[in-house]
Amino acid sequence: MIHSKSKGEIVFKAFNILFMLFMVILTIYPLMYVLFASLSDSTEMLAHSGILVKPLGFNVAAYKMVSNDPTIYKGYMNTIFIVVAGCSLNILLTSLGAYVLSRKNVMWKSLITFLIVFTMYFSGGMIPFYLTVKNVGLNDSLLALILPTAVNTFNLLILRTGFSAIPDSLEESAKLDGAGNWAILFKIIIPLSLPTISVVLLYYAVAHWNAWFNAMLFIRSSDKYPLQLVLRSILITNETAQMDMGTAMGEKLATRESIKYAAIIVSVIPIMLVYPFLQKYFVKGTLVGAVKE
Amino acid sequence: MNVQIVAKSKPYKEKLGYRIGLDFRKNKGLYLMILPVLVFYALFHYTPIMGILIAFKDYVPKKGIIGSNWVGFRHFYDLFTSSYFWQVLRNTLWISTNNLIWGFPAPIIFALLINEIVSVKCKRAVQTITYLPHFISLVVICGLIKNFVGTDGLINNMFFGEGSRNMLENKNMFVPIYVISSIWTEVGWGSIMYLAALAGIDTQLYEAATIDGAGKWRQTLHVTLPGIVPTIVLLFILRLGSMLNVGYEKIILLYNPLIYDKSDVISTFVYRRGIQEASWSYSTAVGLFNSVISFILIYCSNTASKKITTTSLW
Repeated sequence: MIHSKSKGEIVFKAFNILFMLFMVILTIYPLMYVLFASLSDSTEMLAHSGILVKPLGFNVAAYKMVSNDPTIYKGYMNTIFIVVAGCSLNILLTSLGAYVLSRKNVMWKSLITFLIVFTMYFSGGMIPFYLTVKNVGLNDSLLALILPTAVNTFNLLILRTGFSAIPDSLEESAKLDGAGNWAILFKIIIPLSLPTISVVLLYYAVAHWNAWFNAMLFIRSSDKYPLQLVLRSILITNETAQMDMGTAMGEKLATRESIKYAAIIVSVIPIMLVYPFLQKYFVKGTLVGAVKE
Repeated sequence: MNVQIVAKSKPYKEKLGYRIGLDFRKNKGLYLMILPVLVFYALFHYTPIMGILIAFKDYVPKKGIIGSNWVGFRHFYDLFTSSYFWQVLRNTLWISTNNLIWGFPAPIIFALLINEIVSVKCKRAVQTITYLPHFISLVVICGLIKNFVGTDGLINNMFFGEGSRNMLENKNMFVPIYVISSIWTEVGWGSIMYLAALAGIDTQLYEAATIDGAGKWRQTLHVTLPGIVPTIVLLFILRLGSMLNVGYEKIILLYNPLIYDKSDVISTFVYRRGIQEASWSYSTAVGLFNSVISFILIYCSNTASKKITTTSLW
């Protein structure tokens, strides 16, 4: 007990609290800055330099421009479609694979598992992948963002581990009652594995929401751009031409910056809203995935 | 005697063909279920692996992969004799080495410090907040970086004063920007594995150490650290195995022609030569080089991990 109150420890505790506070601010502040900047008056913002502790003035013009912009709206819709359709396919195929690979007495199971796990460590590389997807005829189709990512091997292994943990006795008694594989999977295994399935679902959903690279490779027509690709043109390659049309020349630069800030906020909001509630599932996933296969 | 004869008289059951037939009749339904998954892997993983053939051919889309002419190792010869390739390889190794040296210890230290927070609520809050950047899309992260380090950006102004040059146009700034921003997004998330290991340390060890007169510092040194060393070694070895896989998506979003000679890595080079300039075969050869070396690295590091920590990927 003497040690727990030594001077050094009190200093350390104080330092640790300050450091954690610093880390929290460091994580949150960039996003706060963007939020304040997006709400600021655009010309005042342009003249300002240094940190912001509140919006300069109050102006939602940037949000109006963003919400009236057809490309962002279209991008949002495309992304929602990709997330919903993609996740449905993801969960279906991943469950089927995980179910079969978690059964006992299947002769080819280890060979199939080997072939699947092998793809985690060796791949054809970007160019053969690109050519394959093109040759399948998925070029410039939203399916190019769904089919080639239909199963993620890591998620498949997480789900397989989850399915293996369900006691065999349940399956056997169902078999005695005449249940086939599909009934066992959908009526016993999946309902009992909902926590693991929701972890996997979340991983897939976030991956679809944030994906942009395949879209850049395969999507040509801008009306099929997912949200991230629209954001890329606004944030990275500076294409805001459509939105600031009708703005006077001098204000263009200022408006352009505000639009960027507003676009960031608009795209981050869905993740921010669900994240605090789902965070524990994400953590669970990394730990389940860490179990040796 | 009798038993032996019976056993010998049924050698047919032992035959592979019979077992395959039996297994297939019994598990037909299961194989049918996994068929779509197998089709997926065949189409989107193994077809590209077959497509590696074009690294040894002169691929012309019209002739197809099979119809294009063989050129043997010509593309590899071109590759290894071009000085730009070696520069790209150097950049790749330099960026990942820096990422390893600075990015690897950060989550360990962070986890140790989080572990020292007494209040459970505070701990939770700090964790929840610092995990967040991991879930923000790369496009947004890079948009933030570009904005903050650009002319009159927040970070640029803080360090270099108003009106200074975009930091991403200065080639010496690229690696620090890349590494620091990666730490920013991953330090919290990366600490999860260590926190789990820390939670698994037997509290009796701490009690025993306290009775032996060890203060907080010595407890950390002799109980906490040894408790997470297996995790540290495992994750370190795995990191070594993926040294060639630099986050190319991030680099493609951040770099520009002015800083190619410090920021161009193997994958970004493959992307430009292959997708943008349509040198299919040459870029596939570069990609194959990358895949093969990566595979050897991960294989060796896994073997090392098996020996040192008895934990491994397979």
